[in-house]
Amino acid sequence: MAEGMTWTVEDGDRLTQAEIYGDVLSQLGEKYTDIIAMTADLAKSTKIGRFEKKFPDRFINVGIAENSMFGIAAGLALAGLRPVVSTFAVFTSLRSAEQVRTDICYQNLNVKIIATHAGISFGQAGTTHHCTEDIAVMRSFANMTVIVPADGIETGNAVVASMEWPGPVYIRIGRGFEPPAYKNKDYGFEIGKAVKMRDGTDLTIIACGVGVLQAMRAAEVLEKQGLSVRVINMHTVKPIDRDVIIEAVKETRRIITVEEHNIVGGLGSAVAEVIIESGKACAFKKLGIPDIYAIVGYPEDLYHYYKIDADGIAEAASELMGKEIEEDEDWEDET
Amino acid sequence: MPLGDEEIKELHKKSWQIRKMIVEITFTAGGGHIGGSLSQTDVLVALYYKYLNIDPKRPDWKDRDRMILSKGHGGLGWAAILGDKGYFDREQLKDFNKTGSPFGMHLDRLKVPGCDASTGSLGHGLAIGVGLALGAKKMGKSWRTYVMMGDGELCEGSVWEASIIAAHHGLDNLTGLVDRNKLMIDGPTEDITTLEPIEEKFNIFGWETIRIDGHDFAQIGDAIEKAQETKGKPTVIICDTIKGKGVDFMENEFRWHYGGLDSDLRDKALESIDRYYSGILA
Repeated sequence: MAEGMTWTVEDGDRLTQAEIYGDVLSQLGEKYTDIIAMTADLAKSTKIGRFEKKFPDRFINVGIAENSMFGIAAGLALAGLRPVVSTFAVFTSLRSAEQVRTDICYQNLNVKIIATHAGISFGQAGTTHHCTEDIAVMRSFANMTVIVPADGIETGNAVVASMEWPGPVYIRIGRGFEPPAYKNKDYGFEIGKAVKMRDGTDLTIIACGVGVLQAMRAAEVLEKQGLSVRVINMHTVKPIDRDVIIEAVKETRRIITVEEHNIVGGLGSAVAEVIIESGKACAFKKLGIPDIYAIVGYPEDLYHYYKIDADGIAEAASELMGKEIEEDEDWEDET
Repeated sequence: MPLGDEEIKELHKKSWQIRKMIVEITFTAGGGHIGGSLSQTDVLVALYYKYLNIDPKRPDWKDRDRMILSKGHGGLGWAAILGDKGYFDREQLKDFNKTGSPFGMHLDRLKVPGCDASTGSLGHGLAIGVGLALGAKKMGKSWRTYVMMGDGELCEGSVWEASIIAAHHGLDNLTGLVDRNKLMIDGPTEDITTLEPIEEKFNIFGWETIRIDGHDFAQIGDAIEKAQETKGKPTVIICDTIKGKGVDFMENEFRWHYGGLDSDLRDKALESIDRYYSGILA
């Protein structure tokens, strides 16, 4: 976190990620007088409108024109300003993928993107408003940093930290209220450094976003069954914290990833890439949306349906514990 | 103030030199977007040698005017001008398109001094220009932003999104230029998808419009000055041009959108350019 930079939100445990980010950004507007907040007719939905109330002259609502919005953001950054752009994840990463890639990432511009309604958090809206592809898309853009905060508090931390992080940043959040994974913000959030939520030796669950709290709950259930479960909050999917993954492979030999995203290309794939390159055997399971377009429903129902809630994670953990892996005690030859 | 006869003569001489550079680079590069580089040349020469408030020794000077080549495939012709202006050693242009060269067909802002935005994917430049112009307004800066578009890219919806937004914000510090050479890769624009009437379209979208002969410096100069003086809305200058201008066997031939030259064709092209200018400057 930036030195001397603090933020406060009352009722942080009862606000949505978007509400907290809207408030935090408004506070940041005092320090960073070059912030220009932007949206495409979603000021209320994304909560970036809270910045508008405080700094109306530093807010641009382009109307429903996402492609131009990201191009304009590139231009504002080229002019020397600090655009913070917010719209739904699906429009950011799919409709405007090329503007984000070519206009912003290729030119390595200082544009911060806060994409809301990601995953299946807008479950009732259907596939047009779901976004289970954005982590895959965004992490494939060179220069882009991808952050998936676990809850509102971490969203606040991520927004603050992004201000001092060079180049484009994609912060992916949900829509409605989700129970918080953190009680307070002072746990040492750093971009690119995963947080060990609890330690364990039998199994590691690596999660991002809403998956983190579910993983914690699953760990508690599994503990009662006699399993020692490590939980890692991989809030930064890119650059990914390789060390913490390798350590988990070495020390627990069994890894489950949990994300509100297609199992193709997201956190699970990013973790798998690190595991495979380690050359070490590891029982591994990716939990997420199984390469289909999700059904319609309330998010919490969908998390259960797609087994990325505590029950689903615990079930997958039990299965993974039964899986045989080739033991390799000789770690020193590779590390 | 209208351009004087001497100034116009000097600009023609500069265009003459730039057109020959374009032919040479196309030859050494093993091919290039020569047709559109030749059509845009006179308008860009007027901007770079008369109107832009720039300093090639300080490419990052904060108060410089900005120039975005939204038709990024004109990068070859643009690079010739930037090299001639002294943004970099023009000898480097011998490496155009070569492996590891800073100069690809579409210029990269992070590699080419003087290039204010990386472009190449059509329909992107105007929005970036809107951001620059809006940024200048927000910061109270008086520098201007110029965006040269190809006519073919007017098919892209993002151009019209950006146009609506530019008009809404009254960006009178933004000047659009359309290199209206009437040819796309696959043929005449009006055969593929009708673009005309272009002025009416921009007018309805809230822009001031001027239509000129894009090879007539007096008209180019008047239009740029009128755009600078227009208040409360952006201006677009539709520049009627000829693709391949100056090289007789390329003019109005869409197959010369991109092409290579052997030494015979190069010599013929250079001779044609010399003939063209000896006529103009006689």
